[in-house]
Amino acid sequence: MQSLGASEMNKVMSNKLMITLYIFPALFLIAVLIIVPLILTGYYGLMDWNGIGSMTFIGMENYINAIQDGAFWDSAWHSLLLALFSTLSLVIYLAVSMILASKIKGADLLRKIYLIPMLLSSVAIAQLWIKVYNPANGILNTILRGIGIENPPAWLANPDVVLYAIFIPILWQYAGFYILIYYAALKNIPESLIESARIDGANPLQIAYKIKLPLIMGVVKVTVVLAIVGSLKYFDLIYVMTGGGPSGSSEVMASYMYDLAFSTNNFGYGSAIGFLLLIITLVVTVIIRKLTASKEDIQY
Amino acid sequence: MKKMKAVTFLAAGCATAMVITGCNSESSGSGDGGGDGEQKTIEFMHLWPEGSSKDHYDIVNEIIADYEEQNPDTKVELEVLSNEQYKEKLQVTSTSGELPDVGMTWPGGFLEPYVEGEMFAPLDDVLDEDGLRDSYVEGTTEAYEMDGSTYGLPLELNVAQVFYNSAIFDEYNLEEPETYEELEEIVSTLQENDVAPIALGNQDRWTGSLWYMYMADRLGEDNLLNQAINGEASFTEEPLVNAAEKTQNLASSGAFTQGFNGLSDQEAKSMFMSEQAAMYLIATWDLPNYTTDESVSQDFRDAVDYFDFPTVEGKGNQNSYVGGPGVGLFVSEESDVKEESKDFVKYFSEEWGEKSVSDAGVIPATKVNTDNVDLPDMYLEVLEDLNNADNLTLFADVQMSPDVAETHLTAIQSLFGEEITPEEFAEMHDEAIEEDE
Repeated sequence: MQSLGASEMNKVMSNKLMITLYIFPALFLIAVLIIVPLILTGYYGLMDWNGIGSMTFIGMENYINAIQDGAFWDSAWHSLLLALFSTLSLVIYLAVSMILASKIKGADLLRKIYLIPMLLSSVAIAQLWIKVYNPANGILNTILRGIGIENPPAWLANPDVVLYAIFIPILWQYAGFYILIYYAALKNIPESLIESARIDGANPLQIAYKIKLPLIMGVVKVTVVLAIVGSLKYFDLIYVMTGGGPSGSSEVMASYMYDLAFSTNNFGYGSAIGFLLLIITLVVTVIIRKLTASKEDIQY
Repeated sequence: MKKMKAVTFLAAGCATAMVITGCNSESSGSGDGGGDGEQKTIEFMHLWPEGSSKDHYDIVNEIIADYEEQNPDTKVELEVLSNEQYKEKLQVTSTSGELPDVGMTWPGGFLEPYVEGEMFAPLDDVLDEDGLRDSYVEGTTEAYEMDGSTYGLPLELNVAQVFYNSAIFDEYNLEEPETYEELEEIVSTLQENDVAPIALGNQDRWTGSLWYMYMADRLGEDNLLNQAINGEASFTEEPLVNAAEKTQNLASSGAFTQGFNGLSDQEAKSMFMSEQAAMYLIATWDLPNYTTDESVSQDFRDAVDYFDFPTVEGKGNQNSYVGGPGVGLFVSEESDVKEESKDFVKYFSEEWGEKSVSDAGVIPATKVNTDNVDLPDMYLEVLEDLNNADNLTLFADVQMSPDVAETHLTAIQSLFGEEITPEEFAEMHDEAIEEDE
């Protein structure tokens, strides 16, 4: 009775047939569920199609229209704004998790509280915040009136503030997720490193900035990509809370795509927008990876 | 002996096989079973599950049972799905060519792709038989018309009415207005007394559209609004711009609940029902809330009444309504049992009218003789109104193609929010309609 030795393991792993066999199930699922629909979406974008009847090939017309479509670029701008705010908010999450990871009283309880929004479904969160923002009876305006502000804004009705009003629950919704990731990463830093830094006379800020942050930089980079990609394709709260309104002032790329495909039965054009959304997201991801790439991970 | 057994066994087996294939041919309707007892099966898909729409569900079953009794050769096979799943399944089966023989569709924009794809059968022959067409309320079957043929038999009809809380009206000595100018006075009286005059949830946009539609229907007299929607007239004509301006003025005067563009219709409804607003323009699908629904307080139900939208600047006719049929029955063009299906939908629409209003509180698209039914007064009034209706202006988003409707709805929200002028509002419509053609 001998267990599989390292050399035998290598033998199996260099067998082409074995490699194929092992990766096939995952590859098959990804191909069928993701790659093929992606290609089909790009293909539908070349069609004039209402989703039900027959398709007519119209070449690049949908894509050209999309590029000249002011409403699309407005929605893209809103998505980029969301990406920007999501990324900036990561700094706050990082600070919070640094505090939680240092041994303070009640950190355990706080960590759980921060995680609550993640446990709620998006629709429940949307309903909750619709109530909060209700211009007449909502808790927010009631408080504002209580402290003497006579005409608090109608948060979801005013085209100038609606986008930012929706950003708040979106950021709140994901706070727990990022805090959890940072917390786990920070807990992985060996206590001895911090101990020796302290002996060398580093103050807590220096420890945070010079020791902890560089050590979890890899994780930070991942969260930046997650936040940006997640923002660019964001849909749920916006769809439930305003449907992109009033007058398109809270429309993002994904909700615009949905409106085109399902409200106006314009599947061809909707697919083209969807494909552009994919391309924009891809390009931004590549840029972010390039910008955050460093020669090597820092190890102490 | 053994051989005999084998033969009988074979025979029995054959019989079983025949029964099974017989069943198959029934469901596919190709009918190669032959003989006297040949059964045809009509597949019927509807969207009123027992759980959420029990009254509707029961009426459907009742009608089917009666029909099967009268037509022993025909069997109706039911498939019941809830609203969203229904829409999805319809779309999926349409692309794979497996539509049910009979099903339900919505009028206007929803119908369009199915008709263009030649998936629904024209039902004019059914309507012309026994004068069925005349039994419908003016304007309802027209909603299912495309290129001169009718593709659906409407079941439900909803018209918009201004519901109001008579307790609040009495408190300030207000009476039902007959002119828009009177309505404006009511609004300012209520405002002076710090009562929100009108509940409006314009996040859903079609709610605000109702106000504009009525205003344009009244000011545009002689069908100017419908002509404009059909591209035969321009939205920039003076009466229609005036309608947009009046609507915008009403919104900016604070007649509607604060922040209406961010409120959903559901929220507006709850404000009206919790007596925080005096009036609420909504379609008659809300009638049960104000009459039969036991979960709403009796006091409130007693207090609610409605009035027809008033005339504006002395123009228009109060017997003209903005409304639209809800779902209607279609017959699949590809159906193997098309004739039987047509016979069934005819029978169904004839039976549906009185049953639906008395058992489920649905206002049917067919005229109902109010002497025969036992209903709350408000229902009788509405039915009476519909029997006397001179005109039905279809809901804008039903009447317009999906693209134009989207432009219209967005423009409505901007008009109410004072982001565009009435003139720009008119131009947006003209442009969208022109582009669509």
